[in-house]
Order: sequence, then C-alpha cells, then structure tokens
Amino acid sequence: MNVADLETVLPFLLLATGGVALLLVDLAVPQARKSLTGWLAFVVALAAGVSALALVSGKTMKGFAGMVQADAFAYFADVLLCVVAALVILLSLRYHTARGLMRGEFYPLLLLSLSGMSLAVHAADLLVVFLAIELLSIPLYVLSGFARPRLESEEAALKYFLTGAFASGFLVYGVALIYGASGTTALGDLRAALLDNPALTSDALLMAGLALVMVGLLFKIAAVPFHFWAPDVYEGAPTTVTAFMATATKAAAFLALMRVVAGFAALSPSLAQPFEVADALRPMLALIAAITMIVGNVTALAQQNVKRMLAYSSIAHAGYALAGVASGDATAVLFYLAAYAFATLAAFVVLIAVGSTEGNEDHRYEAYAGLGRRAPLLGVIMALAMFSLIGIPPTAGFVGKYFLFRAVVASDLTWLAVIGVLTSALSAAFYLRVLMVLFMREPETAPEAEPAALAADAPRMVAAYVSAAAVLLIGVFPSAVLALLTGGELVALVR
Amino acid sequence: MEPTSFVVFLSSVLFVIGALGVLLRRNALMIFMSIELMLNAANLAFVAFAQRWAQLAGQVFVFFVMTVAAAEVAVGLALIVTIFRTKRSTSVDELAQLRG
Amino acid sequence: MRTDFAFVGVMIVSAALLMGVTLLAASFLRPKKPNTAKLSTYECGMETVGDTWVQFRVNYYILALVFVLFDIEAILLFPIAVAFNALPLFAVLNVVLFILVLLAALLYAWRKGALDWE
Repeated sequence: MNVADLETVLPFLLLATGGVALLLVDLAVPQARKSLTGWLAFVVALAAGVSALALVSGKTMKGFAGMVQADAFAYFADVLLCVVAALVILLSLRYHTARGLMRGEFYPLLLLSLSGMSLAVHAADLLVVFLAIELLSIPLYVLSGFARPRLESEEAALKYFLTGAFASGFLVYGVALIYGASGTTALGDLRAALLDNPALTSDALLMAGLALVMVGLLFKIAAVPFHFWAPDVYEGAPTTVTAFMATATKAAAFLALMRVVAGFAALSPSLAQPFEVADALRPMLALIAAITMIVGNVTALAQQNVKRMLAYSSIAHAGYALAGVASGDATAVLFYLAAYAFATLAAFVVLIAVGSTEGNEDHRYEAYAGLGRRAPLLGVIMALAMFSLIGIPPTAGFVGKYFLFRAVVASDLTWLAVIGVLTSALSAAFYLRVLMVLFMREPETAPEAEPAALAADAPRMVAAYVSAAAVLLIGVFPSAVLALLTGGELVALVR
Repeated sequence: MEPTSFVVFLSSVLFVIGALGVLLRRNALMIFMSIELMLNAANLAFVAFAQRWAQLAGQVFVFFVMTVAAAEVAVGLALIVTIFRTKRSTSVDELAQLRG
Repeated sequence: MRTDFAFVGVMIVSAALLMGVTLLAASFLRPKKPNTAKLSTYECGMETVGDTWVQFRVNYYILALVFVLFDIEAILLFPIAVAFNALPLFAVLNVVLFILVLLAALLYAWRKGALDWE
C-alpha cells in the first residue's frame, strides 16, 4: 500500500473525510443555522463529483493490493451519485425546515452513506463489496428514521434495518463460502482461479456462496421476490431520504452486482464484451428481471398514493436494469440507471414541494388534484419525469430503454425485451394517471390559500431545473454521456 | 470428512438457525439476535476456511465482520429503543402503519 | 483432530444420557404435591415488587452502546500491535488516521452529552 493507492478511491476519501469532519463542524453550528451544514455538505459532494469527473477518462487502475478498482464505470457512477446527492441536499433544506427535521446530523450521514456507495462502485473484492454495502446501508437506516417521533418513519427505519441486516447476513455468509471454495475473495483472482481450475466451476460450495451473495445483493436492489420491504420503507421514510434511496442506492448496488457477476463470468464461456456474464447465470438473472418488471409495474397500477407508486416504479425499473445485467452490457445498464435517476429525482422534486408542510404529508392522488394548474412549473417537471419513466422521446428514459432493449435483444434474450416493452406500455397507465390528476381533475375541496411550501424556494428550483434539464439533455445528446463511459480505454468490470 | 468440514457444518447449522429465527420470530429483538447469529456463523466459516487455506486473511475478515456487526448493533438497538418508546412494543406484527 | 471431535461426541452423548436418566428416574420416584408457593417462579430471595420491566435510565443504554462500539473498534488495533515492528511508515500513518477517526467519534459523543451522567 502506498500513496498512489489513495488516488484510486479519491472521491470516496473526499466524501468520508468530509462526512467525519462535517460531523464535528456541525457541533459548532447553532441550531438556527443548520442549513450551513447542508451547504457545506453540498460543497463536499460537488468536490467529490468534480474529482471523479476529472479522473473518468484515466487509465484503469487497481489499488490497495487489488481490493479496489478505478475505471470509467466507477468514476461515471461516482459522478452520478455525487450529483444526485448534491441535488437531494438542495431539496432537503426547505423540506426539513418546514417539517421540523432540521438536525445537523442529516448531512454528515448522507455524506457517509454516499461514501459507502462510492466505495461500492470501486469494489474489486467481495469483502470490500460487503463493507461498502454496510457503509452505505447503516447511515440510511438512521436516515429513514430521521423523522422520529413520527411512527411511520420509525417503522420504516426498523423494517429497513431488519431486512437490510438479514440481507447482509446472506451476503457475508456467501462471501465466506466463496472464500472457502476458492481461497480468495478478490474478483480478479476468482476469475483466474475459475479459468485455471475447471473443477471449481462445478464446486457445490462455490455455487452455494454465489447464490447467497446474489440473494444479498438482489435484496439491496429490491428485485422481486426480495422487494417486499421497499414500498413500506420508501413510503415511511422522509421524502428526501426516499429520493436518495430510490436513485443513488440503486445505482451503487447495481454496479457492485455487475462486478460480482463479471467475477463469475468464467463459470462458462460467454459472448458479451466488455462485461461478461456466465451463461450459467443468465437464465436466472433474466427470469428475476422478467418477474420484477411484471410484478413492479402491475402492483404500481393498483396504488392510491403517489409516493408508494414511485416505490413500485423503482422496483419495476430495477427489473429493467436487471434485464441489462442479464444481457451483459454494463454501459447500457449504467446509462439506464442515470436516466432513471434523474427522472425519478425530478418526480421527487414535486413530491418534496408538496410535502414541505407541517403535519402529515399527503401523497394520495387526490392531494395532487389540479396542482399542475396551480403551480405550472411543478406540473411541467412532473410531466417530464413521467414521460421519461414511461420512455417517451425525446426524454432520457427513451434513450435509456432503447440502448437497454437493444443490448437485451443482441444477447439472444428477445423474449425478455418483449416483456420489457409490454410492461413499459402498461406503465403508461399509472404514470399518465398522475398527469391526469395533476392537470385534469379539480380538487374536491377548494384548496386553502396556496400552501407556502409551493412558493418558489431557490435551492429547490435549482434542483428542479437541473434534474429536468438532465432528463432532456441526456435524451437529446446521449452520446455526450456515453463518451464519459467509453472515453478512456476499453474497460472491463473485473480484471 | 476433513476436520475443516466439521466446523463448516457447525457454521452452516448456526446460519440456518439464524435465518429461520429471522423468519419465524415476531419480536424485533429476537429477529435481531438471529441476524447476529447469521453473522457469527459467517465468522466461524471464515476462521475454518482460513485454516483450510493456511492463510491469515480469513481471520482478518472476521475482524471486519465483527466491527460491522457492532455498528449494526448500535444502530439497530437505538432504532428498537426509539420505536419501543413510541409504541411500547417490539413486535413486528404491530408495525402495520404502512400498508399499500 | 478427528479423534478430538470423537471425544466431544462421546462427551455430549454421555452427558445427555446422564441427565436424561437422572431426570427420568427422579420423575418416577419423587412425590407430586404441588401448591402455589412451590409453583411460583423465583430466582433468589425476595419476590419482586411491581413490574420488573421498569425503564432504566436512558444514560445506561447510550453509554453501553458507545462502549460496545469503541470496544469492538479496538480489535482492529490488535493485528497492528502484533506486526508493529515490521510496519512501514505509511501503514503507521494509516493507524494514526484510524485512531483520529475514533477520536472524532469520541469528541462527537462527548459534545452531544452522551458521556454525561447528569
């Protein structure tokens, strides 16, 4: 280990140091001025994002004796994660003041969770995958319960904690079994061991370990049938935390999942480049992807609450991304996750604007009646978000789904792409229902004087414009985003 | 069976007891203890495999898992205490505020 | 090693047999005359007054949580102590960094009043 290793996890180091330092700085910030902590966290997140952007086209490097890997995939994900976190911080300033949640610990916890995500996308060793997933989860457990003593928030936190810790149990036991079968936890060494020693490819211990690790990671991305916790947690957590979980956590866990899958690519020879997926794993991944798409979209159809609908929507989109994992095209998956993240964030801008009230947050469809006409800007942003989530051009969601389904068809999984297209068509029903309510329906009771929360709030407006612009720009100029991913040398998830 | 296998077998039994405990118990504290049992089963397996491969790495992993488990204990117990103060109960069946 | 485990197995079996036979024999031989005093639960001495699920002072559990965390973090220092003479300077700096992070956490707990008894 030497100083050069530090560069391979630079965004992680900035975020972790910033998080710990901010925890101490916050002690000196008076209660009335906690937004200062928020702005400092915003600066740290942006700095980490910029550092990742500067490194994205560099060479692929390994650091810390092969424990972490720095490549275009990791830095691209870093940039995405940091931008998402910065936007969430902007959204949270007003929301937390209005709901009496202005406690300074929120921002250090957010940064620490973000540092865990950054570490997860750099992981090249199963042990680092485990540590990173824990580092991103433990602050999130606390953040979900941040609205205490509200029972729904506490309940969300406890449910998230129990299911999350259960999933970690599977993950770490799986790592132990893989270590037992192969003598290593480094994904690169694992791939080499599988190539050198064909007997290992049918080793029962290794297969059991792989299955347990997959279960643990599928829990984290909320794929069916490991999704049952997600709607309750997403609904009960403070809306800013839900926005962060639905976008950033998903992106980080998916890249970690893809690295693990790529580490096992040598289980059987396969076709896809640069990211490989073993033929032995593809049917399972494709099946889970198909079930997740169907269950996520069909259940979202039945929801009466916009926040809960978005939770099922996030499950459905995990299904699409998982289809991309089965196809073996990491670029398409990361592009899709970026498109999904900005569209979902744009939708949450509206939810947070509506929820920035004292008392109970009301996210039932009825509460949104006529909102698009009372606050046209929010209406337009919600429309963009919904179009992108359905996949209507010229939004990011369309390009994302196009790349994704093209990759899926190219890998001989046409039936999976067909399910994807059909469920996307189905999803239009519940996404457009939001817009119907927003623009067509009159509120049942005349709304009292316009809630102050809907009035312009500068940081929230910035977040709204940035996420809306990202949805449009990624849709119109996808090549600019793809250039980030493929600008450097041809990268492999595991080497 | 080689000697390591006995230990691994024991650890798998512990893991299954833990997993079943999570699924069958209805008290948040008992579920939490079962999760700890799963993590410790993994620790036992790591130590056994470290012996099989004659490596120190496996034993070092145990340290990491233990510290992570401690962090989880701190957060988890704090959450359970908080919810107990609000609800006067730690049964997960009574956590039914959030329904679709 | 295998024989070591065999000894453990024999030990378990014989212990179970011994206990089982004793309890079984006792259940046949002993007289059965239950009354309330006999059936009541007791640990030792007095009967408890009031509800045993009284609330402890919250300081107990905050202190206990802080203790558990710092106690466990200390195990990461053990391998370093063992290998201390062979460590390069960079590794020592890492250890210092680790301790600094722990100190930051301690400072936070202290300033938040987690260590105060009153």
